Amino acid sequence: MDELKEIMITTDEIKADEYLINMGPQHPSTHGVLRLLVKLEGEIVHNLQPHVGYIHSGIEKMAESLSYPQIGHLTDRMDYLSAQQNNEAVSLCIENALQVEVPDRVKYIRTIMSELSRLASHQLWWCVMGMDMGALTTFFYGLRDREDILDIFENTCGARLTLNYNIPGGLMFDIYPNFQRDVKAFITKFKTKLPEYDRLLSGNVIFTERTKGVGYLSKEDAIAFGVTGPTGRASGFACDLRKHQPYSAYDKVSFNEVLSDVGDTYARYQVRMQEMWESISIIEQLIDNIPEGDYAEKMKGVIKLPEGEYYQRVETARGEFGVFIVSDGKKNPYRVKFRSPGFSNLFTINHIAKGWKIADLVAIMSTFDLVIPDIDR
Amino acid sequence: MAFNIYDFTTLTKSIHEGLSSSYSPTATLAIEWTIVGLAYLLFVALFGLLLVYAERKVCAAFQQRLGPMRVGPWGLLQTIADFIKLLMKELITPKNADKFLYNLAPFIVITVTFLVISVVPFAPGLQTFDFDIGVLFVTAVSSVGVVGVLLAGWSSNNKYSLIGAMRSGAQIVSYELSVGLSLITMIILAGTMQIGGIVEGQREMWFIFKGHIPALIAFLVFVVAGTAETNRGPFDLAEAESELTAGFHTEYSGIKFAFFFLAEYINLFIVAAMATTVFLGGWMPLHFGDLSGFNAAMDVIPGLVWFFLKVGAVIFLMMWFKWTFPRLRVDQILNLEWKYLLPINLFNILLMAAVVLFGLHF
Repeated sequence: MDELKEIMITTDEIKADEYLINMGPQHPSTHGVLRLLVKLEGEIVHNLQPHVGYIHSGIEKMAESLSYPQIGHLTDRMDYLSAQQNNEAVSLCIENALQVEVPDRVKYIRTIMSELSRLASHQLWWCVMGMDMGALTTFFYGLRDREDILDIFENTCGARLTLNYNIPGGLMFDIYPNFQRDVKAFITKFKTKLPEYDRLLSGNVIFTERTKGVGYLSKEDAIAFGVTGPTGRASGFACDLRKHQPYSAYDKVSFNEVLSDVGDTYARYQVRMQEMWESISIIEQLIDNIPEGDYAEKMKGVIKLPEGEYYQRVETARGEFGVFIVSDGKKNPYRVKFRSPGFSNLFTINHIAKGWKIADLVAIMSTFDLVIPDIDR
Repeated sequence: MAFNIYDFTTLTKSIHEGLSSSYSPTATLAIEWTIVGLAYLLFVALFGLLLVYAERKVCAAFQQRLGPMRVGPWGLLQTIADFIKLLMKELITPKNADKFLYNLAPFIVITVTFLVISVVPFAPGLQTFDFDIGVLFVTAVSSVGVVGVLLAGWSSNNKYSLIGAMRSGAQIVSYELSVGLSLITMIILAGTMQIGGIVEGQREMWFIFKGHIPALIAFLVFVVAGTAETNRGPFDLAEAESELTAGFHTEYSGIKFAFFFLAEYINLFIVAAMATTVFLGGWMPLHFGDLSGFNAAMDVIPGLVWFFLKVGAVIFLMMWFKWTFPRLRVDQILNLEWKYLLPINLFNILLMAAVVLFGLHF
């Protein structure tokens, strides 16, 4: 309780020069309905306290009254930029519980779709990062390229954002005939566009001045706070589940785990930029080798997991996404818990943004790549 | 009426003579002032709208899109439609706002822009005031604008507005120095503060060429500091959207917001016009020493066109800044001024003095 008090801000603790502002729930930099209660002295952040729950939708509770295949559809709505990976996590969890081995084709397609979805997510993050720093042009560059990926998604499964593509046992549909051609065309095009991102923002002297050395997160703190994903890797915490606990087809490809030991805002930026190159390389290795076969394993009409506890985690664009299912042998789960990366990442912000200016707070928050429904669930 | 596109003195003279022949001197003066006032009002409103439209199109070109296309051909009527919308909107005054200051602030900002615009030489004979201290007048009056911004932020009773206004205050007061000093550098070269005299001095060669290295440095400093003075990106801290929602004018709506908006664009024009007048020869055509054929060809283009071409080029440069660079942080913006621009400027003044003293200019 004492630890909690330390980060709780109450009005009677305000000193003479300090004042409180509410950033959010409606604020341009919070990208959703996140509220940050910030204690400022002039421009300097003295303390801040995130208030979450404005878009809480009770997905975990809802899942208790749904059948297993239905749970997957809800996970799209949590981290909507990683819909594919969230779907995949639920499907993998159920498949592992039932000890179903899905065909290789499914594994390959899932991996490709996951990486495309990671690319789309990082592109959107890059757009918004630029926008938060005041460079509005980045937004249109990023969205221009993201559009191509969304078109591929739409042709594959009919949806552009909430894909609903994975079901326990495989995929909802097979890929469309020109899938490989379209993905390869996109990769060729995007390889020429990605250096453009660097030219526009990464090397800019204002940008590097704004980000280098700002918002340092040490490796120890990253581990202590449970920070995962690119945010954790920028602090030197090797936490890429694709590498350390391979699932789907990640054990069949070679790629680098992008790590940096700097831990500042610029490192978090660079890790994501490098990850885009790694994603491209993963897709290139897989796209020509998709094996023939079924796109889904035949499952029973009503899926019942054997009694027990099951956990499956995957690497989304934001970090480690975990699905924990407790089953009592019925057709719907006894309890479902999602471990969302954004939640753990967000709560380091009080620790690392203290003492920086309010403009830095915006930049730091931007490199955390928050998706609010992912935090609130 | 003798209308001559190359020299407006004949036009103004004939109007003056026509009026004085039928009215008393006092009435003539009153009518002339009314005409001048209306002309400025019309110019500010129309040119403001044009600049808003231009910014949208330029920004769209940088961002690989078309910009406004629906209202009128190529979206030409879009800004007019937006302006009508702003006129019809409800004027909201926040609870507990300082009502008098809150209502006064937009008028201070817009008045200052009108005052400064009165010394801008558009073309030969098309300048209302030509003081002996013209350049000093511009710097002095334009610094009053910050009072409006500070009052707007203070009286709104909003913490975001207050932060924005304080940032803007610190920023404008600092960058005023650089603007002033870079103008002084050019005054050393010109030998006069009178704006008409400065333009006249560039008949043979624009000052940016005549003063070569120090003039070029002064020009760069002036453009950077001028961008900062107008509160435009990358120096738009006062209204930093991602941090302060809309900064000092968060609480303003309708026509009062339009005043701030219009003032921003007219200030952009003023900075560009000053850069044009002091560095790029005002309405003077481009001349190269002995190339008499080339010079004669350049003389065919009227001064008014020259002026707006140069102003347009500088405005485009400043829009380019805005749509390319990220925003600076408040301490970095002050560092840039006090640690870099100011010493460069002071050194540059010495350099220019030496250049003028030893006659090293062209």
